[in-house]
Amino acid sequence: MIRFILIQNRAGKTRLAKWYMQFDDDEKQKLIEEVHAVVTVRDAKHTNFVEVYMLAFVVMHYFPPQFRNFKIIYRRYAGLYFCICVDVTDNNLAYLEAIHNFVEVLNEYFHNVCELDLVFNFYKVYTVVDEMFLAGEIRETSQTKVLKQLLMLQSLE
Amino acid sequence: MPAVSKGDGMRGLAVFISDIRNCKSKEAEIKRINKELANIRSKFKGDKALDGYSKKKYVCKLLFIFLLGHDIDFGHMEAVNLLSSNKYTEKQIGYLFISVLVNSNSELIRLINNAIKNDLSSRNPTFMCLALHCIANVGSREMAEAFAGEIPRILVAGDTMDSVKQSAALCLLRLYKTSPDLVLMGEWTSRVVHLLNDQHMGVVTAAISLITCLSQKNPDEFKTCVSLAVSRLSRIVSSASTDLQDYTYYFVPAPWLSCKLLRLLQCYPPPEDGAVKGRLVECLETILNKAQEPPKSKKVQHSNAKNAILFEAISLIIHYDSEPNLLVRACNQLGQFLQHRETNLRYLALESMCTLASSEFSHEAVKTHIETVINALKTERDVSVRQRAADLLYAMCDRSNAKQIVAEMLSYLETADYSIREEMVLKVAILAEKYAVDYSWYVDTILNLIRIAGDYVSEEVWYRVIQIVINRDDVQGYAAKTVFEALQAPACHENMVKVGGYILGEFGNLIAGDPRSSPLVQFNLLHSKFHLCSVPTRALLLSAYIKFINLFPETKSTIQEVLRSDSQIRNSDVELQQRAVEYLKLSSIASTDVLATVLEEMPPFPERESSILAKLKKKKGPGAVSVNELEEGKREGELNGGGERGGDNSGIAASNASTPSPSADLLGLRTVPPVTAAAPSAGSLLVDVFSEAGVNDDGFLRDLEPPTESSDSLLAEGSGDSDSAPPSAVSEDPAPPLPESNELLNKFVCKNNGVLFENQLLQIGIKSEYRQNLGRMYLFYGNKTSVQFVTFTTTVTCPGELQSQLNVQTKTVEPLIEGGAQVQQVINIECLTDFLDAPLLNIKFRYGGALQNLTLKLPVTINKFFQPTEMASHDFFQRWKQLSQPQQEAQKIFKANHAMDTEVLKAKLLGLGMALLENVDPNPENFVCAGVIQTKAQQVGSLLRLEPNAQAQMYRLTLRSSKDTVSQRLCELLAEQF
Repeated sequence: MIRFILIQNRAGKTRLAKWYMQFDDDEKQKLIEEVHAVVTVRDAKHTNFVEVYMLAFVVMHYFPPQFRNFKIIYRRYAGLYFCICVDVTDNNLAYLEAIHNFVEVLNEYFHNVCELDLVFNFYKVYTVVDEMFLAGEIRETSQTKVLKQLLMLQSLE
Repeated sequence: MPAVSKGDGMRGLAVFISDIRNCKSKEAEIKRINKELANIRSKFKGDKALDGYSKKKYVCKLLFIFLLGHDIDFGHMEAVNLLSSNKYTEKQIGYLFISVLVNSNSELIRLINNAIKNDLSSRNPTFMCLALHCIANVGSREMAEAFAGEIPRILVAGDTMDSVKQSAALCLLRLYKTSPDLVLMGEWTSRVVHLLNDQHMGVVTAAISLITCLSQKNPDEFKTCVSLAVSRLSRIVSSASTDLQDYTYYFVPAPWLSCKLLRLLQCYPPPEDGAVKGRLVECLETILNKAQEPPKSKKVQHSNAKNAILFEAISLIIHYDSEPNLLVRACNQLGQFLQHRETNLRYLALESMCTLASSEFSHEAVKTHIETVINALKTERDVSVRQRAADLLYAMCDRSNAKQIVAEMLSYLETADYSIREEMVLKVAILAEKYAVDYSWYVDTILNLIRIAGDYVSEEVWYRVIQIVINRDDVQGYAAKTVFEALQAPACHENMVKVGGYILGEFGNLIAGDPRSSPLVQFNLLHSKFHLCSVPTRALLLSAYIKFINLFPETKSTIQEVLRSDSQIRNSDVELQQRAVEYLKLSSIASTDVLATVLEEMPPFPERESSILAKLKKKKGPGAVSVNELEEGKREGELNGGGERGGDNSGIAASNASTPSPSADLLGLRTVPPVTAAAPSAGSLLVDVFSEAGVNDDGFLRDLEPPTESSDSLLAEGSGDSDSAPPSAVSEDPAPPLPESNELLNKFVCKNNGVLFENQLLQIGIKSEYRQNLGRMYLFYGNKTSVQFVTFTTTVTCPGELQSQLNVQTKTVEPLIEGGAQVQQVINIECLTDFLDAPLLNIKFRYGGALQNLTLKLPVTINKFFQPTEMASHDFFQRWKQLSQPQQEAQKIFKANHAMDTEVLKAKLLGLGMALLENVDPNPENFVCAGVIQTKAQQVGSLLRLEPNAQAQMYRLTLRSSKDTVSQRLCELLAEQF
């Protein structure tokens, strides 16, 4: 299951943070910093996956190492990193493409999405996320269906 | 109001965001924010009622400020007001604010729940979805209490819109995960499975996550999902790339749904129905075939989506581990990926192959890729890929390729990243030991390890080589020679000095005949390192010196001189000084005979599991152990009484079970006669912490079985009454026992250790031992959060007549448990007379202000006080006849709940505490046991007979005891176990 979704720019500014498990504010902040530190040093020759046992002290330091079952699956689009943290047993490629599917929806919805769209319309981005992911699971994958729903909501007062 | 279009939704908000972005400094930003907060506050407090639009705008600004990282302490009420607006945009902002800034203010929760309730019954799908998303995002206990009954109805109602069904399914999943006790199974459960057949693929995609979770917890109830999932999968897999329209992603039909279906199937064993199984195998073959087809698009999205399904299919094939043909095909496919230009694919192929290597069907096929994997280890740029390659080499290692693999790993070690060196060292050490054919190779390997990566060679590793050398006399001379040569190097690692000191001290005589390694040369060599070493190593060397005096009398005067020197005998370190003084005295006073007796060669160490394995288990396997595998490993472990089978992708579990441990664990040292005091700095240096079942070791819980049910919470957000309760409420009445406490109790009838209870906050582990009519139980309370638990109190009570039957004494626990910490409590139990009920354990604490109050049953059952009684067939039947009064016998015939595996049954019966009597029952399928229950008042003899009927999947269980209540109780307890 998805533990959190983060969109960050290269400078480490968070453009979206969606949490599917409970963290307190300090933990969230540490995770955000840690994710940024981990993904920004990687290049195109690296995989799109990072196992996060190095994050474990924030995530759940209580658990013995075997239980630190998290990995970050990320993809970079221009200056933005889209990161999804999932359980280590989850399907890497499925979530990697879930990110891309999400980005294509954003792109369509905001007509060539750019970072500023996410800043000024942050409250709409949450709606897009909830249409596609809910309770840490993939809710809807059809771009057509999601966009139709978003346009319908857009037309409401 | 104009229709909301891009950018001009809320002008004031856009202006504010621009202002913030234009701030040149942090101070300017804070100033701007404070100005805005003051403005909003005055608007909210103003006399003029705000219209919905303004309210929405201000709440949205507050939310933005919060997301920038500033605290927000007002505006909640306005947000809640927005919930009851009938305009979507206002409602949406209200719900968003609530979801992001959850507040446990009970007043508000009631209002929020009210608004949600209205929206859920509004029959407006947009509003219903908003409300469901809010519940799914917050997922609090209060919400579960209010809506856990309603959501299943919405989910299965015939007239619910598809999008609402999607949200309801996942909303229910969230509630089930956080408050499983509140989501009651019912008529809806069977209908939920049929959502797999739903026309709308989005509904299936959402519902399947719920079904998977429910199946994991209640596999039997959801069995029917297997055939439904197979037929759904089959329809998708065989469809053309355009058939599914909206759900085709870069020419791949429904990739996410396919993955979820394959994932669901991994909750179950292979389908028993031949037709279903045939269809599934066909699907898996089609997926493997498609991987060979030319791609329909050059885009990476296409191949990723396709391969996502392929890897999930391979996981299922590995999970079944029963189709040799598919396993080998999977392996070949992965083999192709090993050389793919996409790093992601190489990484995933290495990872997946690691698990294939442990299947007997594909182990050989995996081995054929050894050269590619070695190459990956040498050339991959991404350290995580190299790490996977090392894992795979470890997993594919067997006797045939051990020398090659160990050599490659050793040479990789020279350049390996610091982060993984220690783990690599452990793996090399384990492989070298496990597959050592001749022990000189083993000794060479370990000494090489020390030479190449001395800093990363943990104590376990060098203890182990010493254990092995001591236990195998054929390698001692070689070891002495090799270590002597290794010490010639001008700079050698301190660990090498330790091994050298120990081995030469014991076996230096074996090479003393050669003038190049005469006693004095050996001594001078060792002593040349002395001054560069740390205190513990120097202490070890002093012990080696006194052994030298015993082995080689000709070195006596030289060594005595060294001992007598000021730098030894007046050393500021007490340990060194004491050794110098005592050894000097010993060498001058004791006769040769006495000296020889005191410094006799070390006795062999008792056989024991390698402590290195235990150490590796503690480290994170880079193959990142999956929970499933772990649990599987543990489940197997359960059979031998919760043995410690770690489980790791790289096959440690398997190796652990079958390590042909040729030697012993150094732990043995602690039981060796006092001579050891003269051996290397005994206690501190040689205590093997890993074999030490120290109850304070917080690693303890990891050696226990994880809970068989989920780790999901029962009281994630605090019990219902928590918020309004004043702090003194800790003294309020204990909660009634949890509904599942009986089930938890049953888990411990046949075992003494394990995880008693776990939710999102707390884990309770148990370790117990019983002797005669006495028992001692250690409870371990682990705080899984990062927030401290305060006013933590536990009480054990014996309800009703149990009070006169059991005497239970508890020590109080620390009232404060830090986040992530664990505290221990000891409970002493005395059995006065036989009993039925279990004592109650009540736990109360505050977590973030909310009172947690839960009651469990302590797993103290009458069988814990059994003493096993061995007896011959004749005696058994004689006693059986003596106990023939009708009330002395209790019998039950029941259906098997678990697989009827003989070994499992035996293990459980042994865990019960009785003696399992072989060759007593004329029918070898049956089991008979005998034991005596020890209570203070009396002893109760009991006999047991268990007759499995494999055909009918039934058992007949008969108990005969000298006391009727005992027979009844044992029968009840046991009937739940098989």
